[in-house]
Amino acid sequence: MTDSKYFTTTKKGEIFELKNELNSDKKEKKKEAVKKVIASMTVGKDVSALFPDVVNCMQTDNLELKKLVYLYLMNYAKSQPDMAIMAVNTFVKDCEDTNPLIRALAVRTMGCIRVDKITEYLCEPLRKCLKDEDPYVRKTAAVCVAKLHDINAQLVEDQGFLDQLRELLSDSNPMVVANAVAALSEISDTSPSPAAQMEMNQQTINKLLAALNECTEWGQIFILDALSNYVPKDDREAQSICERVTPRLAHSNAGVVLSAVKVLMKGMEYVGMESEFVTTLQKKLAPPLVTLLSSEPEVQYVALRNINLIVQKRPDILKHEMKVFFVKYNDPIYVKLEKLDIMIRLATQENIAQVLAELKEYATEVDVDFVRKSVRAIGRCAIKVEQAAERCVSTLLDLIQTKVNYVVQEAIVVIKDIFRKYPNKYESIISTLCENLESLDEPDARASMIWIVGEYAERIDNADELLESFLEGFHDESTQVQLQLLTAIVKLFLKKPTETQELVQQVLSLATQDSDNPDLRDRGYIYWRLLSTDPAAAKEVVLAEKPLISSETDRLEPTLLDELICYIASLASVYHKPPSAFVEGQALVVRKTQLPVRSASGEPGATGATESPVPQQVQPAQQQQSVIPSHDTAMGDLLGDLLSMDLNPPQQQMSMTPAPQQDMGGMDLLGGGLDSLLGGPSPVAGMPASQASMGGGLGDILGLGISSTTYVPPKQVWLPASKAKGLEVSGTFSIRQNVRYMDLTLKNNAMAPMGDFAIQFNKNSFGLSPASALQVPSPLSPGQTADVTLPLGTNGPVQKMDPLMNLQVAMKNNIDVFYFSCLIPIHLLFTEDGQMGSASDRKVFLATWKDIPDSNEVQKEVANPNQLDPKGLSDKLQQSFIFTIAQRNVDGRDMLYQSLKLTNGIWVLAELKIQPRSPTMTLSLKTRALDVIPHVQQAYELIIANM
Amino acid sequence: MIHSLFMINSAGDIFMEKHWKSVISRSVCDYFFEEQQKANSPEDVNPVISTPHHYLIHIYRENIYFVAVCTTEVPPLFVIEFLHRVVDTFTDYFGDGGETAIKDNYVIVYELLEEMLDNGFPLATESNILKELIKPPNILRTVVNTVTGSSNLADTLPTGQLSNVPWRRAGVKYTNNEAYFDVIEEIDAIIDKQGSTVFADIQGVIDCCVKLSGMPDLTLSFMNPRILDDVSFHPCVRFKRWESERVLSFVPPDGNFRLISYHVGSQNMVAIPVYVKPNISFREGGGRFDVTVGPKQTMGKLVESVVITCAMPKVVLNMNLTPTQGTYTFDPVAKVLTWDVGKINPQKLPNLRGNISLQSGSPPPESNPAISVQFKIQQMAVSGLKVNRLDMYGEKYKPFKGVKYLTKAGNFQVRT
Repeated sequence: MTDSKYFTTTKKGEIFELKNELNSDKKEKKKEAVKKVIASMTVGKDVSALFPDVVNCMQTDNLELKKLVYLYLMNYAKSQPDMAIMAVNTFVKDCEDTNPLIRALAVRTMGCIRVDKITEYLCEPLRKCLKDEDPYVRKTAAVCVAKLHDINAQLVEDQGFLDQLRELLSDSNPMVVANAVAALSEISDTSPSPAAQMEMNQQTINKLLAALNECTEWGQIFILDALSNYVPKDDREAQSICERVTPRLAHSNAGVVLSAVKVLMKGMEYVGMESEFVTTLQKKLAPPLVTLLSSEPEVQYVALRNINLIVQKRPDILKHEMKVFFVKYNDPIYVKLEKLDIMIRLATQENIAQVLAELKEYATEVDVDFVRKSVRAIGRCAIKVEQAAERCVSTLLDLIQTKVNYVVQEAIVVIKDIFRKYPNKYESIISTLCENLESLDEPDARASMIWIVGEYAERIDNADELLESFLEGFHDESTQVQLQLLTAIVKLFLKKPTETQELVQQVLSLATQDSDNPDLRDRGYIYWRLLSTDPAAAKEVVLAEKPLISSETDRLEPTLLDELICYIASLASVYHKPPSAFVEGQALVVRKTQLPVRSASGEPGATGATESPVPQQVQPAQQQQSVIPSHDTAMGDLLGDLLSMDLNPPQQQMSMTPAPQQDMGGMDLLGGGLDSLLGGPSPVAGMPASQASMGGGLGDILGLGISSTTYVPPKQVWLPASKAKGLEVSGTFSIRQNVRYMDLTLKNNAMAPMGDFAIQFNKNSFGLSPASALQVPSPLSPGQTADVTLPLGTNGPVQKMDPLMNLQVAMKNNIDVFYFSCLIPIHLLFTEDGQMGSASDRKVFLATWKDIPDSNEVQKEVANPNQLDPKGLSDKLQQSFIFTIAQRNVDGRDMLYQSLKLTNGIWVLAELKIQPRSPTMTLSLKTRALDVIPHVQQAYELIIANM
Repeated sequence: MIHSLFMINSAGDIFMEKHWKSVISRSVCDYFFEEQQKANSPEDVNPVISTPHHYLIHIYRENIYFVAVCTTEVPPLFVIEFLHRVVDTFTDYFGDGGETAIKDNYVIVYELLEEMLDNGFPLATESNILKELIKPPNILRTVVNTVTGSSNLADTLPTGQLSNVPWRRAGVKYTNNEAYFDVIEEIDAIIDKQGSTVFADIQGVIDCCVKLSGMPDLTLSFMNPRILDDVSFHPCVRFKRWESERVLSFVPPDGNFRLISYHVGSQNMVAIPVYVKPNISFREGGGRFDVTVGPKQTMGKLVESVVITCAMPKVVLNMNLTPTQGTYTFDPVAKVLTWDVGKINPQKLPNLRGNISLQSGSPPPESNPAISVQFKIQQMAVSGLKVNRLDMYGEKYKPFKGVKYLTKAGNFQVRT
């Protein structure tokens, strides 16, 4: 007897029949009927009409029947929320059952019923179950918190379930600990709120490490992943974590092994580079990685993608293991291609002979993609290992002799690269290449061949004939080939001017007159002008010595690699992209994963490691209790790298920021659309763009002099239409009735209407977050513009950005998600309670002023173009929430003492010295958080200039 | 974590779906089908596919794609390992994990999936815990259940689930106490045309069948534990003891389980037990095929169950061959030649030779096909691993003990 009998009834009255059976008096019949219902549900048939009848069967002491009904409930409760309420009583009763299995089952099922009304009833039983005496119930309840969070995050936070969950981290039962970790990491992954983040301190780490040895394999994966997010305090701690995680490498579950590898790879970064510990650890890492390659192909694939990263970061680990990456003919293609990649990365002078022999073998396989990549690999070996270049070239020549079309074409493409790396070395083979001219039909191969002919025109007797033969079908060629042909003929002409004048004229006229392609036309004209005005200069330009191509073009960028190392074993490591680039909705929640900063020379930086792995963190932490946590996001990190090297102290970074800003502003005033040139989704380009637009904003204000209570800079284009599939976003910030707003103008430049707008902010320095959803009159038809005002809250998650005022925004519509960043004007963040003490009680101010060390005082000359008197100044400034506490006159100069407070609680104290009838004033600022000073200075200038 | 699971058969039908959170429309599988279209063979579909809103991670087993849908960043190996565990459980329950078996046991499959995963987190994946929760189907029980009205589900908490030894159930009792250990080693190798080894390594496992009453504590020691430097253990093995004394000390699960798996790397010399002398040549319209197999380093043991397969190029029309022993078949559709050799007699080496006919008009293939070889050698572990002794503590009775060795070919390829 099998379950397939449940599928035999496909008549129309099926539902009716089942209904009758469900209401039958016989228990057995009921159970059979529920089974039939479940079976139909499994294959996707709609049996929701039976809801009341099935729920009626729930009150039973038969566990199997109960389970089946629960299965049904989970599936259909959503579509019948009112009916589902009927089941609540039974659930609540079951949560009190004497059998822990039933208690656990009830709380588990309740969590799976995604109906708001039911979740309300869930809280009480869940709270009890989290404290249940039976660990089986506790561990089920832990997962249930994650379920509830998925349905209603606010409820979980309000009800204090997160704290209860954190308490479970120190539960006596390792399985409970593991589930609590899993639930907490899922919650912190999906929730941006700081309350949901998992705090890791030494104590929790010790508990996790203890539970690691005793929990199930899956629990081990969760715990290891959580451990990898922890930043050890010093190298001793890092070392002890590594030691306790190392035994996991011998686990039979590949997931455990790879997660352990992640913890160790990160841990090694915190231990001194040359230490013996790292050397031994590296040796221990090789065997488990190799073992992964004898598992199922899917496991191999994920392992290989990760090994690719590991090999780039620490080539020593697998340097002796080349052979395990040799390809077997029945490997799936995705494994073959990955193995090939790693073989090239591991190729050295010692093993190159073996590698080449293998690659040559692969080049005769059947799979075209694989063969092509193998041929390309031979070329990459030649470029990487100079000593082997000759052997590689002869291997390639052998392959060309096979006359297999796609092999020949691929070989020619890579030979071109070899020529670029080792010029004037292998020209002897050109004649062989020329023999295959006719068989080339792919643009890549044709372009490569033409490049070779042009580059070595003086050694090829019939170069002109060869190029002429290509010229015949000029218009049918792809652009790539056309461009290459143009350049090659110009090269030929410069080398042999006498015989080829006609040819060059022909190609120039083809390119400039008969072609519609602007690139081609422009290049044609440039050559033409060059040749006609100054042939000598042309020679210098066109035949200039070219830089050699580098051997490691395919390597990941080091900062990206470091980031990905933190994500070993995750999807990011398979895609080789940071999660922010692909995780939806979560793009802005960046996990605090970062490798410690190291100097370029690879010195262990013993002091750096012991003091703090992230130097930027030190300063703000000491200065003010309202700390700005400095977990750099990927973007901030990148920019940091751009502006200064990793190890530069933060002050330097700060001082460097304004410089480009001003430049940009100037350029923007002159040129206008600079931001559209610079702006882009890529983080590197995105930053300067936003600075540029802000700078431009300053310029505009200076020129226009708008006066209002607070300054509303004119709208800037934050997101050009070209970057956002036709959506243009411009905006500015304002403050009205003490509410901060982001004023946006959305313009639809696309052909289709847009709708479903939504907006989200990344964590930022001042915790700005949208206070309500984005209200866009939807749909936004093509060409239409919409002005939107978005109220902002200041209680969002805080993370120090670089530049400080940077705000990264994600905007979504029905087409895609777009990212841009803008600068928040700091005066927007001054609060109305920024008056320290009161006008009559100045002691607080005085005491605070004295309390802040003098080293934290920064002076600056500020322009006072309208030469306002102290009264006017303080009135004006007060409108922007800069409060005057005291005023006095010293030696004919007026001194204003002022205070302001930022939304995150940072106080800034100011002393303004005003010289009568002088166009400048001296502004001294004192605060514990030096980072904000340049911005406050700017704000002063702005406000005063616009009076 | 794992959000949903779809099972798709070779015809492209989604014949089973399970959602652990909200329901995800099965149209999400379209992305998978798209990827599948691009692949040349069913095995070639990339196991990790990203779509705009979901990540699809799948395994291909028993001619079924098991496609897991995830919505957040998850460790892909966790998903892959879990999926394999699901299929293993099916095989364990129903004898095989194929489509028919799943369809025949829909409700149990559904119950199992529900029990194995909760909200995307694994719950119970150990086979003996599951079997306590959900009894495997068998004809006798179905009859008994129908008569008595009892069910397949247990209503007690599985004992092992929370104990310190979750892999073992309590109160085990046998009349015959026995423990069998099978040391099985597979050779993965690539041999080149000239017969020299390009790459070879050994994947070894020790599979156990332990039927001992009570809570026995076993210690297994080896003559030469140095061979085992890259080992993965069953969770029951005490790692500290292994690190310090190089003995395996453990409380075994009840029944069949894999105690350790190990890997003897390519750094060590691997003694290749067989050789293949291929001689394949193509010319216009046809070709010659001549293959001889023989024993190499077998330490006097007999090489058995030898099977030679060779995927011939597409242009091969037919093959007309004569074996000196065994039987051969050529599948003209898949173009696969299979020669079932049987035992190798060192005095009279098996040989298969004859003519190849090609499709008329098509050019002869550029390269020769690779040959893969299967074989078994009883009572030999090719790595030289030897069990020294097995001791039992904690129980009084005298168990019956047995150790068996077996070497076989894993992925053993000869290039021609």
